[in-house]
Amino acid sequence: MHQFLTDLRSYEFLQNALLASILVSSASGVIGPFVVVRRISYLAGSISHTVLGGIGAVIFFNTLYPQNRIDPLWGAAFTALLSALIIGLVSLHAKQREDTVIGAMWAIGMALGIVFIAKTPGYTSDLMGYLFGNILMVTEQDLYLLVILDILILGAVMLFYNQFLAVCFDEEFASLRGLNIDIYYLSLLAMTALTVVGLVTVVGIVMCIALLTLPAAIASLFSNSLWKIMLMSTLLSVLFTSSGLIMSYLPDIPPGATTILLAGGTYLLALVFKKVSSHGSILRRH
Amino acid sequence: MPSEQVEIIRIRDVDFSYNGSLILEDVDLNIQSGDFVSIVGPNGGGKTTLLKIILGLLKPTRGTVELFGSNPSRSKKRVGYMPQHAKFDFHFPVSVMDVVLMGRLAQSRGIGPYSRLDKQVCLEKLELVKLRNEARSSFSSLSGGQRQRVLIARALACEPALLLLDEPTSNLDMGIENEIYELLRQLNKSITIVMVSHDLGYVSRYVQRVVCVKKRVVTHPTSEINGEIINAIYGTPMKMVRHDQCDSGRAGSCINF
Repeated sequence: MHQFLTDLRSYEFLQNALLASILVSSASGVIGPFVVVRRISYLAGSISHTVLGGIGAVIFFNTLYPQNRIDPLWGAAFTALLSALIIGLVSLHAKQREDTVIGAMWAIGMALGIVFIAKTPGYTSDLMGYLFGNILMVTEQDLYLLVILDILILGAVMLFYNQFLAVCFDEEFASLRGLNIDIYYLSLLAMTALTVVGLVTVVGIVMCIALLTLPAAIASLFSNSLWKIMLMSTLLSVLFTSSGLIMSYLPDIPPGATTILLAGGTYLLALVFKKVSSHGSILRRH
Repeated sequence: MPSEQVEIIRIRDVDFSYNGSLILEDVDLNIQSGDFVSIVGPNGGGKTTLLKIILGLLKPTRGTVELFGSNPSRSKKRVGYMPQHAKFDFHFPVSVMDVVLMGRLAQSRGIGPYSRLDKQVCLEKLELVKLRNEARSSFSSLSGGQRQRVLIARALACEPALLLLDEPTSNLDMGIENEIYELLRQLNKSITIVMVSHDLGYVSRYVQRVVCVKKRVVTHPTSEINGEIINAIYGTPMKMVRHDQCDSGRAGSCINF
């Protein structure tokens, strides 16, 4: 801890990492609860894995045309939004085959990414970074992207909180009140897609759904109000990501994996605590 | 018909099929303002489907539906709808007030939080269903009967001219059922009410007309309801029942029962 704080003052990459954790936590703390209550974490999982296709393509073309390099996160954001749109339309209009299509998109996105990266000449260890997270490699440009992401997501949710809540709770009723539920549902998926891109920088493609849903799942054990759950899961996210960073620093273990272990462990403890405390109150009543 | 009555629902020659099977056939139905009508029939007979066609949530395969004299998609905001309470995800984190406020979505400013007026209206509606003290409680912590009443309050928060209720008393014990019907009777002084109900005998003490749905739709004034009709709707062959008192605009033939 002490070593981390001393180094934090002198190394920019540590400052960037901590800042990225906080920025991503604000987005995922707000979107995660929607994903949990609307029960679309499978959709979010599919979106996150297709991201590899976009990242792979950008890395491939960056090596081919080094004079106009772009940040791979742009590729990630583009594919995430595209797959959110496709998955959203499928789940709205083709209910019977929904899970098949979503599962297929999941794998096709990854396959595309692997092919692109395999065909990229030269050094390709970046792949592991995107799969399992590499928060210590966050650049200043990434941070700007994360700020834009936060502004978009927090702004949209603050303005349309009531509408999103109503659409998630009772779609039919919301549509009778004149809301275009398709638009709200697709926007929710688009925001989930952008959040996933942010999370990929922190914990990587494979583990990002855990960081999206676990804080919200923990918070929803203790509150029955969506906005309180958002607040709580944002704080929990900040706690998990920053302590993951700190705890992994000295023993030199991967920070992404440490963060997920912290979140998962806390979730299990919270479940046990909840079970024991409700059991206790039943016993007292008898 | 008194002259000040206005036609609120007008269904003509409607068929509805789903995945190739005919759910509703040749339906004609008129509901006037001030009516208190119950839709009854066996499970799977098409009651909820009829309700959703009235709301424009389902499009009929054939025929026309008018709500307040226009297409349901244009006039649906004037309806307060109460769906079956069993369809909700009871782990959803909302308070009673959150749920009732959803009734204000069409009236509120659109973006940002609900106004003070919205909240005041919702508290009044909760008062009406005797749940004002539960406004802050979690929706999932309520009993079945309380949830029904919250959903009625939400429908009322729309300040509707027509109240459509899908099984407002399912799974409730007699006492609460009575209370809800009594509340609806009070509300009927200013609002037209159409509700789906699975029990015919009980509901006929409160409503003026009963709409029977079993693929085809037949309307009876409550005074006509007797054992024969009940049998016909829920079981035995249709030929036992004579519908000669039904006027043509309000009823169809019952051959297919």
